Amino acid sequence: MTDQTQNPPAIATGAQSTVKASRGGMLGLTANDFRLFLIVLVITFLAPFILNPFPEGSALAQFNAGYPDLMQRFVIFGIFAIGFNILFGLTGYLSFGHAAFLGVGSYGAIWMMKLLTLNVIPAIIMAIIVAGIFALMVGYVSLRRSGIYFSILTLAFAQMSYALAYSVLTPITGGETGLQIKNTDRPLLSNIQDGEIGRANLFGLEMRSSFELELGAWLFTFNAGYYIAAVVMLLAFYMSIRLFRSPFGMMLRAVKSNQQRMNYTGLNSKPYTLAAFVISGMYAGLAGGLMVAMDTQVGPERMFWTASGEVVLMAILGGAGTLIGPVLGAGFIKYMENIISKINSTILHEWFFWLPDGLENFVVALIYPFIGKGWHLTLGIMFMAVVIFLPGGLVEGGQRIAGWIKNRRGSGDGPDKDPEHHPKQAPHVGE
Amino acid sequence: MGILEVKGVNKRFGGLQALGDVNLSVQEKSVHAIIGPNGAGKSTLLNCLIGKLIPDTGSVMFDGKSVLGRKPHEICQMGISRVFQTPEIFGDLTVFENVMIPCFAKRDGAFRLHAIETVMSEKDIVEQAEAMLSEVSMLDKRHMLASSLSRGDKRRLEMAMCLVQQPRLLLLDEPTAGMARADTNNTIDLLKEIHEKRDITMAIIEHDMHVVFSLAQRITVLAQGSPLVEDTPANIKGHPKVREAYLGETA
Amino acid sequence: MDGFILQILNGLDKGSAYALIALGLTLIFGTLGVVNFAHGALFMIGAFCAVTLNRLLTLSYVTEDPSRTDFLGNPAKVETPYVVDWFGESVGLAMIDWVVPLAILFSIPIMVAVGLIMERGLIKHFYKRPHADQILVTFGLAIVLQEIIKYYYGANPIPTPAPEAFVGTFDFGAMLGFEPFTILYPYWRLVYFVFAVILIGAVFAFLQFTTFGMVVRAGMADRETVGLLGINIDRRFTLMFALAAVVAGLAGVMYTPIISPNYHMGMDFLVLSFVVVVVGGMGSLPGAVAAGFLLGILESFASMPVAISIIPGINQIIIYLVAIVILLTRPRGLMGRKGVMEE
Repeated sequence: MTDQTQNPPAIATGAQSTVKASRGGMLGLTANDFRLFLIVLVITFLAPFILNPFPEGSALAQFNAGYPDLMQRFVIFGIFAIGFNILFGLTGYLSFGHAAFLGVGSYGAIWMMKLLTLNVIPAIIMAIIVAGIFALMVGYVSLRRSGIYFSILTLAFAQMSYALAYSVLTPITGGETGLQIKNTDRPLLSNIQDGEIGRANLFGLEMRSSFELELGAWLFTFNAGYYIAAVVMLLAFYMSIRLFRSPFGMMLRAVKSNQQRMNYTGLNSKPYTLAAFVISGMYAGLAGGLMVAMDTQVGPERMFWTASGEVVLMAILGGAGTLIGPVLGAGFIKYMENIISKINSTILHEWFFWLPDGLENFVVALIYPFIGKGWHLTLGIMFMAVVIFLPGGLVEGGQRIAGWIKNRRGSGDGPDKDPEHHPKQAPHVGE
Repeated sequence: MGILEVKGVNKRFGGLQALGDVNLSVQEKSVHAIIGPNGAGKSTLLNCLIGKLIPDTGSVMFDGKSVLGRKPHEICQMGISRVFQTPEIFGDLTVFENVMIPCFAKRDGAFRLHAIETVMSEKDIVEQAEAMLSEVSMLDKRHMLASSLSRGDKRRLEMAMCLVQQPRLLLLDEPTAGMARADTNNTIDLLKEIHEKRDITMAIIEHDMHVVFSLAQRITVLAQGSPLVEDTPANIKGHPKVREAYLGETA
Repeated sequence: MDGFILQILNGLDKGSAYALIALGLTLIFGTLGVVNFAHGALFMIGAFCAVTLNRLLTLSYVTEDPSRTDFLGNPAKVETPYVVDWFGESVGLAMIDWVVPLAILFSIPIMVAVGLIMERGLIKHFYKRPHADQILVTFGLAIVLQEIIKYYYGANPIPTPAPEAFVGTFDFGAMLGFEPFTILYPYWRLVYFVFAVILIGAVFAFLQFTTFGMVVRAGMADRETVGLLGINIDRRFTLMFALAAVVAGLAGVMYTPIISPNYHMGMDFLVLSFVVVVVGGMGSLPGAVAAGFLLGILESFASMPVAISIIPGINQIIIYLVAIVILLTRPRGLMGRKGVMEE
């Protein structure tokens, strides 16, 4: 590095900062990324506590989300959204058919369980492989077009799969009723008695087995299935950090930024996008496989285009192109869905009982359309608001708030950080 | 035998003869300018050189291999880099990343699934990019988003991205189009410096005479799709045919 | 042969709906450059205009008729719609019977208003944003609109009958000299097709023969130049959005006797209409119309028992299959122009 010694001091510090940023972390991550990963890890492992802040039986207990079914959904949709984000966030290709890969993965997983073993690992691996192959086929065709044409092509493929799963492929997909593990299923490697319905397990540990901890008025549930899914999610998240920071991830951002320059730099953008598409599809398959592992059934509605729309919402709401955004978005949407759709008018009246009668009724009538079955209305409004006011999603919102606080604190004294010299620092992806 | 050989290239668009029997030879390590008035076929010729258009007849050979029908990334991998009229850079990426990408392309080829190691752990690439950036004195701007650079810096960055690949031929498509005089002169100086330092072959498509005469060692004048004359700048300056083509004067 | 004709006829009504929605989508895309995922919702709102008018016209007050008694011996309650009081029995009842055609008049101002509010209130701010953002925000809007409708009208389909005179089928085959009762075609579907043709013709005539239309067409081809000529193209484009909304709304109004309106009918049609637009060629009005009818008829053919017995499920996937094949062989669609939506 002879050049560096010749550089003026200002430049040398710049060079040092790159070196510093690449040190300090663990697991091959930079210090910042490692911190982020650690935070996610701690939150996921303590989720049964964190999501159950209100004592059992209290009026606020309905805001608790620390029960296995919902927590499983958080992490599974988190994986789905992380995968979607690898495609959309990095390359900018908006797929409107990602639910198809999730569905295909689910079908692959359940057949593995029906035929081979009730152990979830082969099922999940099968789900990833099947979804990956399907994504390779769909991607190969769809990626020949870009922009809205790509979106429509993926949508067409997904709707086709849905229609086929519903009708012709009934022998494989179970049609409208879908597939479940039945008492007639005899997986080769699992020892199932006559008439017994097999249960998904991991080397004998059943997914639904839980350990409950009562602490005073609080009840915490630790579910085997959730923790297995959580570990898989952390793994998926870790992989996505590595991918984001890798040369491959950089190339994908280059695809989004300027394909013309990319091609004239001697890079073939097509295999890059195809690889991103397939990886993204495999993440979706993984999510689908986990869904089956947690709840051994599949139906074609899992592939419907609204399901694809939902994952788009998650990524956008959280912050497309950021590391943590999709996980946040998935958690946020699933939490809101669960909580808001449970509120009813009785609960509303309880909340606003302190208002004068007329006003109470008015307020309740005002809020009522947005709760319970009106959850989708709230979702739609939230979604529009995010796209209009906060295109960077929750992550950008958080950054803005953090920046605002910093400004208020730093406005009195504190040396300015030389804004002239760094007019526009690149936002660090994922914070 | 030049590094880039254009032989008998014809291209027709319907009734319009865009290129008629173009022969051109760019010598290694020279700066060769192709000039001509509007509609002379400069852009068509350029598009033939980069494989975007396939001529009706004739051949375009780079270093003994035909470039016709090849994809842009293949042409670049052969050693031809291209500078655009308006700088084409990765606006959403940092300056440093902008320079690292061509380094990866040079080392790993058109595609490599390289998704585990971090970018920064590639020591040789980081060093190469840093060296290049300090050569164009942009190392202090490495963390800036490329889109936030000034126009002149964008041009420099684009040059750096091309040069870091050590191309055998640098194609410049009107590198000073729409620039103010001062910027134009800066660009000329930059190009001169690059040429002196690196001995790189350059082909410049340009209509600004000032740029051409300050840089080129050989000039081909195109008019109505055919090469009119090919000579040194000194000889071109007073050439009656050139004056005719540009000013419409009868000789 | 008769089977062949029957399938074409069956495809026409669905094809008409596709064509009308796709036409509006293309108008919006061509003029404003916006990909409108909420266009299906406009179709649905149109259909609910008919439902609303039906409810308004059948608003009744209750009187007791002492001359008759119900089974409990109480005086029978008689519901009399207000319109019957106001316009007399024959006119009033006729209005209720002809509610769907009347809803055309009723829906036009509503659709214009909805269109203008949508464009000025939301879409306007998205002209300069990437297409992905446009898709996303209109997608959100579509969800909101359909949920509002669901809140007020419920989740169940609401039957809205055609006028008595058009109920039932007629023997189209006999008219053409085939065996009687081989080609039976419901009257209303024929009405719908004719209506769609007239509407499409009107839109094209408007664009072709009026100055306004000429400016709009010029603007679709090259917005900047038209703007430079000193023409306020934006205002016209806003009106085009309203026009597209009206077209979609009318398509919805007239479709109510064919499918009872439900809150998700817009989304169901939207996905297919988008496929239609892309097949026809983004930005091409004739392409959208042609592809609409073409795909409608193809779908109808694919639903024939013969077709299903050869390729099971073909009726479900034919449209998508055609779209995929066309997009790969003719990237710009059947009649697409160069440079539209190609980044």
